[in-house]
Amino acid sequence: MNKFNLAGHRNWFFLLSLLIILSGLFCMVTRGFNFGIDFTGGTIIDLKFDHPVTIAEVRTSLAKYSLEGSTIQLSGTQSDVTASEDVMIRAVDMEENQRKEVMAALQEDVGHYTVLREEKVGATIGGELITNAVLALLVSWALIILYVAYRFEWRFGVSAVLALVHDILIVLSVFSLTQRQIDSSFVAALLTIVGYSINDTIVIFDRIRENLKLHFRRGGDVDRLVNTSIFQTLTRSLYTVFTVLFTTFSLYFFGGDTTKDFAFALLVGFSVGCYSSIFIASPLWIVFRGLGGGKEHGKPETAH
Amino acid sequence: MNPLRKDSLIKLIACVFAIIGIFIAFIKPLAFSIRQGLDLQGGTHVVLEAEDTDIAKVNDDAMNRVITIMEKRVNALGLTEPIIQREGERRVIIELPGVKDPDAAIQTIGKTAMLEFKDEEGNTVLTGTDLKDAQAATNQQNGQNVVNLEFTEEGAKKFADLTTKNVGRTIAILLDGEVLTAPNVREPILGGKAEISGQKTLEEAQNLAVVLRSGALPVKVNIIETRTVGPSLGQDSKDKSEFAFAVGIGAVLIFMLLFYRLSGFIADVALMAYTIMLLALLYLLDATLTLPGVAGIILSIGMAVDANVLIFEHFKEEYQIQGKTLRLAMDSGFKRAFTTIFDSNVTTIIAAGVLFFLGTGTIRGFAITLGLGTILSMFTAITLSQYLLKLMIKARISENPGSYGATGFMLWKKEDLKHE
Repeated sequence: MNKFNLAGHRNWFFLLSLLIILSGLFCMVTRGFNFGIDFTGGTIIDLKFDHPVTIAEVRTSLAKYSLEGSTIQLSGTQSDVTASEDVMIRAVDMEENQRKEVMAALQEDVGHYTVLREEKVGATIGGELITNAVLALLVSWALIILYVAYRFEWRFGVSAVLALVHDILIVLSVFSLTQRQIDSSFVAALLTIVGYSINDTIVIFDRIRENLKLHFRRGGDVDRLVNTSIFQTLTRSLYTVFTVLFTTFSLYFFGGDTTKDFAFALLVGFSVGCYSSIFIASPLWIVFRGLGGGKEHGKPETAH
Repeated sequence: MNPLRKDSLIKLIACVFAIIGIFIAFIKPLAFSIRQGLDLQGGTHVVLEAEDTDIAKVNDDAMNRVITIMEKRVNALGLTEPIIQREGERRVIIELPGVKDPDAAIQTIGKTAMLEFKDEEGNTVLTGTDLKDAQAATNQQNGQNVVNLEFTEEGAKKFADLTTKNVGRTIAILLDGEVLTAPNVREPILGGKAEISGQKTLEEAQNLAVVLRSGALPVKVNIIETRTVGPSLGQDSKDKSEFAFAVGIGAVLIFMLLFYRLSGFIADVALMAYTIMLLALLYLLDATLTLPGVAGIILSIGMAVDANVLIFEHFKEEYQIQGKTLRLAMDSGFKRAFTTIFDSNVTTIIAAGVLFFLGTGTIRGFAITLGLGTILSMFTAITLSQYLLKLMIKARISENPGSYGATGFMLWKKEDLKHE
């Protein structure tokens, strides 16, 4: 067989992922994340003025309420605009009355506007969101390991879940490196990625299971078995990832501003999920099989 | 043409036309009739949290009363489909789609609305529980906006008593500890009626009347989160997501057609049936579609396509590697793909199930679309796709195996299966 020996080169793939994750972790520690108000608490006011306004005008008006330190962004269509009708203000968590006063002042100082979006989040909610998401992930991982251990064997379950951890770490790394904003929909994106990646991994594992049963003898070449299984399912892996990427790409390019970061997370996640199923999950299974002396402990699925 | 073939052909054509027809006719009305989240249609989302105080502790009973009161207040706003639901132990989520004046609505909702009548010494004589009714009105004589109060029988007695004892002195009417008005009592009022003046607009008076009628909240409640999406932004998000979605799905349909030819066409038809069923199910369950929900649908469509791809790849394999006839290859393709589809989808359903039970709010909405979508896609693949594909092969539309996608390229050969 002159095909690329995927399983044999596994350490290189592990190294590659490790490097990405380590640089991501370094970035998470040094630069952290660009958390949205869902996590930090605060106020976002998104306005559309009747005429183009400058950041300075808005800042001067906000200064009356000591809010001049707020982030003010113009979201015009051109990138180098100095004035725009669309203005986004991100400020600290304000009381209801204060927010009303600030908005009245803007109307008076800067001009008439319509409100596109207004959000106010207390600081307590973000922490809960993370706790809930982490809890949900841990429980789902435990159940996935149990299910896969029951249907396959435990090594498949552990490898699959490690690949999921890998995917999440890489997506987090990319978001820390690019400093894209993380809000509550990012949590939904992470969960979607987990749903995709586990599905993708199980399809390859299913093929390995089948080949173990039908075409594998004790003491055979596990690397070769895994290589064949991966190549047998590769067309499917690619076609499927293409179809989910079509819709996600489309959402990224044609969707509104509010869905951009969300679609970006999905794009990275689906790609990484597909990559990890092939280059991380199955090779990990070989490692675990080698460690546990799996060749000697013939599983029920293994034909002799 | 033999009868079996003719019969299959007629059935196939009937099914395909029926599904495509239903899809074209119902996709838009169905998609529009599903309740949309505020991120898509605009509106205001408020999260309230009850707080323990020395006077009142938060418990189930108090929370239920808070919800009843909130329902009264929100209904008074006259919106089409407001949602009021309890979340967790001490939170209430209120969604107000299409609300015109979010600020006023938020203020009306957030009031504790504890009404007190105090004498000059600061003793509370009457409270909100003594009220029978409260109505906003404009005083004909001086043009002031007022709220007319009507007391219960007992309240009327207390009020008569209060005004009798305090002739020539001021009494104070307070709402949530703030003085609304402090009138001078000129003569005893015995009729059980009173008037609160000092409201700037009639609307303000109406809002005050609403909170007074709905009664005071049994516990202290704080607004911890408010989100308002303006109607123009909501419409914009909706239009753009719809367009993006249509382009994405279109690409998937064309992709399947290019790579799997006739089989791909059948898969596309099954995918249309799947999309209609998913939307119908969401509609029947009265689910709310938010952006994360859309992500769930995207992923579940991916899963639906995946099931078909798995079947076709096994079909190709059985045909090319095992050298089976088209019909036998399709049969065993289904059999072999089934366990794969089952195991891979069950793991996804497990993840969705956990999110449903542990998640809140939008995460839950996402879990519902993903979980239902995955179950439904599995169902469509093993029933509808299977039925249609078998009909297609029986009908022998084409003599060329390539038309069924059976000759597509493969990355491996039979020899690869030997591992010695």
